[in-house]
Amino acid sequence: MFGNLQILYAAPMLNLQLIIDGVLIGAIFALAAYGLALVWGVMNVKNLAQGDFVILGGYIAWYAQKTWGIHPIVMMPAVMVILFIFGWLLYITIIRLVINRDLFTSLLATFGLGLVIQQALNLAFGPEVQVATSGLETRTFFAGLQIAEIKVISLVLCSVLALIIILFMKRSRMGQAIRATSQDARAARIMGIDTDKVYAFTFSLNSAICGAAGVLIAMTWNIQPFYGITYSIRSFVIVTAAGLGNLPGVIIAALGLGAAEQYGGFILGLELQVAFLLIMLLGVLGYRQIQMAKLRQVVQ
Amino acid sequence: MTKLYKGVDSFETNERKQLPFYIALLAFGIIAPILFPNYILQIAILWVMVLFAQTWDIMGGQMGYNSLGNVTFFGIGMYVSAIVQVGMVYDVGQYTSAAGGAVGTAASLAVGQGKFTADQYYEGIIYGILAAGVVATLFAPLLGWLLFRLRLAYFAIGSLAVALTAPELIGSWQWVGGGGGIAMPVHPGSADARSEFFYMLCFASAIVTFIFIKWLYSTRFKLAINAIRDDEDKAEALGIYTLRHKNIAWAISAFFLGISGAIFGNMTGFIEPLEVAFPTITFGIFMVAMPLLGGKGTFWGPVLGAIVFHIAKELTWTYLLGWQWVALGMLIIITVVFFQQGIMGWAQEKWPSKFGVVIDETAMDARTKEEAS
Repeated sequence: MFGNLQILYAAPMLNLQLIIDGVLIGAIFALAAYGLALVWGVMNVKNLAQGDFVILGGYIAWYAQKTWGIHPIVMMPAVMVILFIFGWLLYITIIRLVINRDLFTSLLATFGLGLVIQQALNLAFGPEVQVATSGLETRTFFAGLQIAEIKVISLVLCSVLALIIILFMKRSRMGQAIRATSQDARAARIMGIDTDKVYAFTFSLNSAICGAAGVLIAMTWNIQPFYGITYSIRSFVIVTAAGLGNLPGVIIAALGLGAAEQYGGFILGLELQVAFLLIMLLGVLGYRQIQMAKLRQVVQ
Repeated sequence: MTKLYKGVDSFETNERKQLPFYIALLAFGIIAPILFPNYILQIAILWVMVLFAQTWDIMGGQMGYNSLGNVTFFGIGMYVSAIVQVGMVYDVGQYTSAAGGAVGTAASLAVGQGKFTADQYYEGIIYGILAAGVVATLFAPLLGWLLFRLRLAYFAIGSLAVALTAPELIGSWQWVGGGGGIAMPVHPGSADARSEFFYMLCFASAIVTFIFIKWLYSTRFKLAINAIRDDEDKAEALGIYTLRHKNIAWAISAFFLGISGAIFGNMTGFIEPLEVAFPTITFGIFMVAMPLLGGKGTFWGPVLGAIVFHIAKELTWTYLLGWQWVALGMLIIITVVFFQQGIMGWAQEKWPSKFGVVIDETAMDARTKEEAS
């Protein structure tokens, strides 16, 4: 562990490499986390199946490539549409019924949902780790800095998607309705907004975003039916750290988490990377609670 | 719409009405292994499940803190008992690297087996179980210090994170075998004697837990944790030491779960962090699903839920091979979404008079008016 720290100190380029890798991966986390923030903020549903949506999207892209040879990036819009419909169906069958219930209900229901998705994927495609090949190279820059082209492309795609989502939320009628519902659902209903439809759309939009993130994950990293939970946890870390409805915060927290995870994985060793992530979650939760406690004291 | 009651739980406080159920449960525990000797280990696991459900319900049902991480204590107990049992005879590091270490092959297991005499085995298992209970209990306030600052769903997420962290940490701890696991000492007797021995241990641990929780729910402690469930801030304002009560409640769960983990580890014979010791997506989620199915916050609900769940699980395992996990996930979703009051809650709503419960008409009217306004 200290040996690894010394390596980092001795090789400044390595630091740069870790930070760049982290930021490029973090951009994908930001997508999934933003979806969670949306669903959490608008519907007050904490979706523990978030990561499983991501993995599901990845598997669709991987399967399309394997059977029909479609490039994953080309497949991405189709994946988003499929996941959008999937999200809508889930909303009608399950999520609709948990919105007005206590938080634990939605948490456990989505946990069960995640279980079903991962097991169905496991049955359909087997437990092996899969990668969707992008056919792009890894370039070596000065001083041994290596950057995979696909990671840069995924960063660009993430930015484009984020931009589209921001514009959609600001300009479109549905985006306005979503924001109105998140501010005050009752008032929105009085104003004639069909909140049920807004909820359905929000949840479907979230799963479409997750699907897009999954396609990128399948190309830049790898997918496996049971990897979903780590993405759910990453989304929770990011959203808890950034707060709801705070898109710049989500992006910064996601990029920071990406970099921190790369550092943690390097210093502590890869086998402790997941543990590091979980400890980050506990740390962020604890920090938020202390902040809340302080706030309560001030208010009192 | 849920109904409002006067004098809830009178079935649960009426010992005479419950007596047939005690006798039925005890009789089943004694007769079942004799009648179905082939299913003795499945019935033993049923008792483990009853223990899981009841210990979860102390926190989840009675105190309103829905933990997704109770399986942590199960795993801690398992590892503590393994360390104690092996450590009483051998050096743990050498044992894990020689037998059932990183390799975990049949040959390396054979080296680790048969090295314990009967005396060493029984002495080890007694101390192992006790140590497991004690250490798991000590871990409860430690984790509580971290997690009890969190409320509601945050607590659930936090406890889930703890349950997911534990196997990762233990998996990288080579002294206890890391991800490869440890081969537990082998029971010196025949296969039948071994099943009977572990059946007795599971049965006894479940019965002790059952009696203890029965007693616990007759004390002021239950009232205090119920007050925390109903309104934590008001409970604190009334002078209940909420943090202390939460820690004690979790420590009680942890004690029995630790013991159960020690027994289960020995029963399995080989332990490793992800699948056996900290199986979050199996036992960890069963613990939550069973009380919910039976009716959380009641005494008999978790017991009933565990029995129904275990039978359903064994049937799906047999008849839906491959799809059992999907079926299980569905079962959880359906229970949580459509049937959250559980079997006991449903029965209480359907036949209130059987439970000696009277529907409070005036309160119902008041609420109808309140909702209408």
